Amino acid sequence: MLQTKVRYKVLEKLGDHIDTDVMTPGKYLTSYDPEYLGSICLCDLEPDFPSKMAQGGILIAGKNFGCGSSRETAPIALKAAGTKMVIAEEFARIFYRNALNIGLPCVICKKISENTDVKDELEVDLETGRIRNLTKGTIMEGTPIPEDLRAQLSAGGLMAYLKIKLEEGAEKEDEHSV
Amino acid sequence: MSMTITEKILARASGKRNVKAGDIVTAEVDLAMIQDALGPIVYKQFRELGVLLWDREKVFPVIDHSCLPGSMENAGTVHETVKFAEDYQIPNLYNMQGVSHQIIVEEGKILPGQVAVGTDSHTCTYGALGAFSTGIGSTEMCAVLVQGRLWFKVPETMKIHVTGVLPEHVMSKDVILKLLSQIGANGATYKALEFTGDTIENMSMDSRFTICNMAIEAGAKNGIIRPDEKTEEYLKSCGIKEADFSELYSDTDAEYESCIEINAAELAPQVAVPYSPANSVDVTEVEGTKLDQIIIGACTNGRLEDIQAAAEIIGGRKIPHAFKCFIVPASNKVYAKASEKGYLQTLAEAGCIIVNPGCGGCGIQMPMIAGERCLGTHNRNFKGRMGSPDSMVYLGSPETAAASALTGRITDPRCI
Repeated sequence: MLQTKVRYKVLEKLGDHIDTDVMTPGKYLTSYDPEYLGSICLCDLEPDFPSKMAQGGILIAGKNFGCGSSRETAPIALKAAGTKMVIAEEFARIFYRNALNIGLPCVICKKISENTDVKDELEVDLETGRIRNLTKGTIMEGTPIPEDLRAQLSAGGLMAYLKIKLEEGAEKEDEHSV
Repeated sequence: MSMTITEKILARASGKRNVKAGDIVTAEVDLAMIQDALGPIVYKQFRELGVLLWDREKVFPVIDHSCLPGSMENAGTVHETVKFAEDYQIPNLYNMQGVSHQIIVEEGKILPGQVAVGTDSHTCTYGALGAFSTGIGSTEMCAVLVQGRLWFKVPETMKIHVTGVLPEHVMSKDVILKLLSQIGANGATYKALEFTGDTIENMSMDSRFTICNMAIEAGAKNGIIRPDEKTEEYLKSCGIKEADFSELYSDTDAEYESCIEINAAELAPQVAVPYSPANSVDVTEVEGTKLDQIIIGACTNGRLEDIQAAAEIIGGRKIPHAFKCFIVPASNKVYAKASEKGYLQTLAEAGCIIVNPGCGGCGIQMPMIAGERCLGTHNRNFKGRMGSPDSMVYLGSPETAAASALTGRITDPRCI
């Protein structure tokens, strides 16, 4: 089960319009193995990204995070590199859906960049969208993740959720046949 | 209840009489396009589920990114795509016949009013035919292959009203680049962009595809144009005998999030400078910038009209010896027509490099080293998109690209 409230340190802070090309550049897309994708994540922009994220934590970013290509390798790479959650002022829509589908929580918070620094510890409530900055003692309001999508995240992503639903459907059919 | 064209399509597809912006609907999907770069993740996950395809007639695997493959890894991707189509008996596999988006529209696979999803952000192209079409990721596509439907938040619509006659040497690409510079790379995030006005009505279908293709560069969910006689004519040329779109229009009192007016008559050729498609300026501001290569092609501008425009400017002249000008027809059909009309011969004689149809340089096929500059007719100029993160991509129309190919520098097509 996904905890409704999670606590992590902010390990990286990025700016506006970070596109999915730069997260996983086409020229390095020679494998879909998550570990490999994590190792090349943001290599042209922030070569130290994988080592910064290695301990597992929050990535914060500005506007239009994940714009551009629909490549799902982008959120897979972020997650594999150690990103437990992305909090951005705004997400590009395909990226947002892709990230939630592969089990990477994304929270929208307009004030995140101005009120948060790397190394701050945050407690995020996915149900209400409330973000407590435990280091600074401040509270920010983010957009909660809708209930259906939380259930999906809780299962580990859309595929895991779909498997559960398919099994439920199969069980129902079995009941009918009896 | 009054609705926009996008709302009407999503209402029908979700079995509702009315929907409004903000509603969450589950829509039946009419077409699912899977391009090769995102395909392997879809196929692997789908095989693991061990279920049947929801409708093999509605699934379109296309190999366009790994085209030509050029590496063992890409050859593997091609193999996986072909194998999946074989194993699941998918009749509509397109193996290196051109860019997916061009194939889908020219083969008459998508109709006005239908709902299309594709594992490529430029799936929004089909909106030029009055369809609702949008890009999705691999995992979501896997769910579509199982269920044949997908949830959507009905988008608010921004009306982009374009009026007036485009000046000579100004193309539809310049209209969309201008709009992007006005509203920004996130100016339409989550929204529908509906293009209206006499400039759009007077545009060819080729030009309209270019406009809708770049809706995603403003973050839009979809771009859309009301279907009309030109749409009908186009569909007929693609073998579609009947298409009823009499109900496919936005009601006069439909609710728009905003309306932006563009006066086409005042437009100059635009060039988007690195590193955003929304960074466009009048060509005069960057004229003379030294270039290393030109690409005329891609799902944005690789259609017959674009190649014709290039041939008319380049014909009878020579590309400088040290320079590269790649011509990438968007599909085999475009290639054949451009050949029949003599455009390819004209361009080849001038020294252009005619490449096989496909995504070409907009993917990874024509990479640049640090410090090199390319002007292309494609849709993205992000950092490192075409090779070294220290290379630079400029975006412009086919006419601007053709004029620049003759000089090796960014050149105003009005001055050739």
